[in-house]
Amino acid sequence: MNAPVKIETTLKDWETDQEVRWCPGCGDYAILKAVQRTLPQLGADPANTVFISGIGCSSRFPYYVESYGFHTIHGRAPAFATGAKLANPDLDIWLVTGDGDGLSIGGNHLMHVLRRNVNMQIMLFNNEIYGLTKGQASPTSREGTKSPSTPIGSYDHPARPAAFALGAGARFVGRGFDVSKHLPDVLKAAHAHEGAAFIEIFQNCIVYNKDVFNDFAAPKGAEDQQLWLENGKPMLFAKDARGIALNRDTLNLEVVDVVDGDWEAAGVIVHDVTNRSIAHMLVEMPFGPFPMALGVLYDDPRPTFEAAVLAEKAAASAGKEANLAKLLGQGQTWTVDGTAQDPV
Amino acid sequence: MATAATAPQDGLPETPESVVVRFAGDSGDGMQLTGGQFTLSTALAGNDLATFPDFPAEIRAPQGTLFGVSAFQINFGSREINTAGDAPDVLVAMNPAALKVNLAALKPGGLIIADTGAFTKRNLEKAKYDANPLEDGSLGKFDLLAFDISEKTIEAVKPYGLGNKDALRSKNMWTLGLALWMFDRPRDPIHDWLKSKFKSKPEIADANIAALDAGHAYGETAELAGPLKQVHIDPVPSKPGLYRTVTGAEAVSLGLVAGAQLAELPMFFGGYPITPASAILHHLARLKEFDVTTFQAEDEIAAVCAAIGASYAGSLGVTSSSGPGIALKTEAIGLGIMTELPLVIVNSQRGGPSTGLPTKTEQSDLYQAVYGRNGDAPMPVIAASSPSDAFDVAIEACRIAVQYMTPVMLLTDGYIANAAEPWKVPDPASYTPFPASFLTEKNAQDDEGEGVFLPYKRDAKGARPWVKPGTPGLMHRIGGIEKHELTGNIDYSPDNHQRMTDARKNKIEGIAVPDQEVCLGETSGKLAVVGWGSTYGPIHRAVDNARRKGLDVSHIHVRHIWPMPANLGDLLRSFEHVLVPEMNTGQFKTVLRDQFLVDAVPLTKTSGQPFQIAELEEAIGKYFDGIDGNEGGQVSVNDDQLPHLETGHDDGSLKDQASPQSQEHSS
Repeated sequence: MNAPVKIETTLKDWETDQEVRWCPGCGDYAILKAVQRTLPQLGADPANTVFISGIGCSSRFPYYVESYGFHTIHGRAPAFATGAKLANPDLDIWLVTGDGDGLSIGGNHLMHVLRRNVNMQIMLFNNEIYGLTKGQASPTSREGTKSPSTPIGSYDHPARPAAFALGAGARFVGRGFDVSKHLPDVLKAAHAHEGAAFIEIFQNCIVYNKDVFNDFAAPKGAEDQQLWLENGKPMLFAKDARGIALNRDTLNLEVVDVVDGDWEAAGVIVHDVTNRSIAHMLVEMPFGPFPMALGVLYDDPRPTFEAAVLAEKAAASAGKEANLAKLLGQGQTWTVDGTAQDPV
Repeated sequence: MATAATAPQDGLPETPESVVVRFAGDSGDGMQLTGGQFTLSTALAGNDLATFPDFPAEIRAPQGTLFGVSAFQINFGSREINTAGDAPDVLVAMNPAALKVNLAALKPGGLIIADTGAFTKRNLEKAKYDANPLEDGSLGKFDLLAFDISEKTIEAVKPYGLGNKDALRSKNMWTLGLALWMFDRPRDPIHDWLKSKFKSKPEIADANIAALDAGHAYGETAELAGPLKQVHIDPVPSKPGLYRTVTGAEAVSLGLVAGAQLAELPMFFGGYPITPASAILHHLARLKEFDVTTFQAEDEIAAVCAAIGASYAGSLGVTSSSGPGIALKTEAIGLGIMTELPLVIVNSQRGGPSTGLPTKTEQSDLYQAVYGRNGDAPMPVIAASSPSDAFDVAIEACRIAVQYMTPVMLLTDGYIANAAEPWKVPDPASYTPFPASFLTEKNAQDDEGEGVFLPYKRDAKGARPWVKPGTPGLMHRIGGIEKHELTGNIDYSPDNHQRMTDARKNKIEGIAVPDQEVCLGETSGKLAVVGWGSTYGPIHRAVDNARRKGLDVSHIHVRHIWPMPANLGDLLRSFEHVLVPEMNTGQFKTVLRDQFLVDAVPLTKTSGQPFQIAELEEAIGKYFDGIDGNEGGQVSVNDDQLPHLETGHDDGSLKDQASPQSQEHSS
């Protein structure tokens, strides 16, 4: 892969001439802006950037970003993106999916793109509902969600996107929410990660599932319920008055009070983005008794799929000549001598 | 097939026009290797030939059982050979199970060569024989040559210090030696092959050569007594040049590589294991030096989606499967049609519906190929008629995909994929290249004369431009939602959808397809037998035989299923009758009727087995027997035809169906 050339752009350069058709007030607008704000900071080249999506509200995203874009079919975006990346590993690919697209119809592909570790940024907009099809319960809907398809309330246990990603072998798991000012930082960290970087973005569906994340993602007043993780920093929240500790008897995380800023005395642990065991605990940490873990939960790169494919191809081709005539003439061959027989 | 000149009860004449030999044994007896080497010697002798391997669906079938029988059939002759033969003249049975499974197909008066050493009590039981058929007189209507091949092999290889178990592994070479003698073939090429195959184990090579020579010597000494006699088959005059054997799976793979080279594109192949299509993935996985990337996806859907993603990024995307997998790919193929990206989809058809008969052949995915998508989603469909034809058809599929920016379906089937035939190795330079062109600059101007890019502006062929992501200044968005006919922006308006539907239809219908030729016979007359795909061989021979009897019948074989050749309707209408033999319930017949309003009459067979020549000759004869109303219909199931369906426990297991040739080729 060639080293990417940094290009100077502004937010405006990443806007298309297409009218954005999400509902007024939809969280998708904020995410779009966060992405368009982040791309110039990355020095990204619009000509080399590709947004690939599946189907759903979130998957309209590519139409609104002035780069290359492919709006594919329901759930399959990871497979298209894998093919595109293998065909041209230099492309900078952003995948846009949602809770229904990525975890229901496309759960299989999401799992495989993560475990293969194809280098791309995967943004899963989680609004816990099917928006585009008018409000049915989704695989991340909480138990008891009343919707047109679950009038009495849903009864299936919700999937947890970050836990799914980590379980599938993701080497980068980040979290943010639509209106958060920290979202660009998470996106930047994901982009810096070589490999499949999974970002769960809580997104407010103001029509079908309004404000379900308000307890931690309200524009104002929910800050104390946010645990913003930073590598090498103690896991503190609620204005550093509380922290996350590891109970060494039960081997569970627990919330502890921090007195006079002495987090060490309180047993608060320091975030290590490469600690996979703690990452598993963080993605499983139930909101309510615990704050919502946000930021970069896990980041420990390993070689990418496309690098392995390229290396294998190079090794298998080394010293071999791509001679088609020779290839065709392999196998069980014989020669008919024109002098001995009458040509037909 | 045996010829009319062969009086069945008299066994083989000394110089028959053609002979069918079937080598049958346990899966562990090396019958595929024996058949492969016999094929090579047949080719070297200048005979025309066709072969078909018939091996168990089981991955490791229990030894000696009926469903563990592996067979290799070869038809060779001094006349053009079109099929692996209706029924064997010679059956080599290496154990009781092999005899039992294959006996019914043997011609009356045919020769059985059996290894008595393997007809033990235990093996007879496993083959469900109450008595030893070699001894109870039940084989009276055949010529029987039974002797202890096992013992003779052990004797022959004794000097090489092998244990009995290892020695018995050379049984197949002993048998091959006998067959070489029987058909007057030199041993040198097989000696050379053994030496090269066992280069690192010279003692094994020597033992096998000794076994081969002993089998050959046995033929010479046994000639004076008994039914064994030497048979000579004259060579078929063929064009000078380099020849090889090729299976359909190999030819498709090579054709795809050639097609990508002619298009000057890297190839991306997305596949998922499925019988009988996996062989293509396996072949291509070993051809990386030709800028081929193979990707074994998590499922059929991901395989086609990745191929489309690769086409989007500037490679030639290819995917391959069989009916059930094609069904899964259907939605993505629709996206390929909608976004107008090149894609080649190979369908190696098998018996259906659902899992159906994974290891047996059928042509029942024609409707699926032509019609089987949501929306008005036209797509070119072309069909290979034989293993070697698959090479040209694969190139043609690549050409259409690239020149018309469209997915193309290439139909083969289980028979073509596995069957082998001689192929005059083509010169790649004799094919006209069709280099893909990528748009790198704006392709239109606005009212002020400013350059603009219109992603759906079409060329003379109706194709939109291909733009690789990474191209500066041409950023755009594509997708499955209806797009404006020029800008490619989302456009739901009624007139736009009407125009885009028309544009997609016109593009496909406008594909340049060569005029249909008559491959045998006149261009008008009483009867046209119209086929497509792997029925080519039996139809061709049956029509040839009928014409030799003076019947007014022609053979038309259609490669371009969609769109069809422009002259096909007129051609069909110039015949009084049109008979369409198909290994389905009459799908192509329906398409022909629909397109041309001709009275195409179906002749159908859905037993999972190819048509036999005799069945087609009989069907042709019904147009000349003076009886009305008995034409066409369904071919009655012939319980004796091979391959048998009952012998395998087909459970859809994903077995590599690669032929021994291909295994050798790839090793």
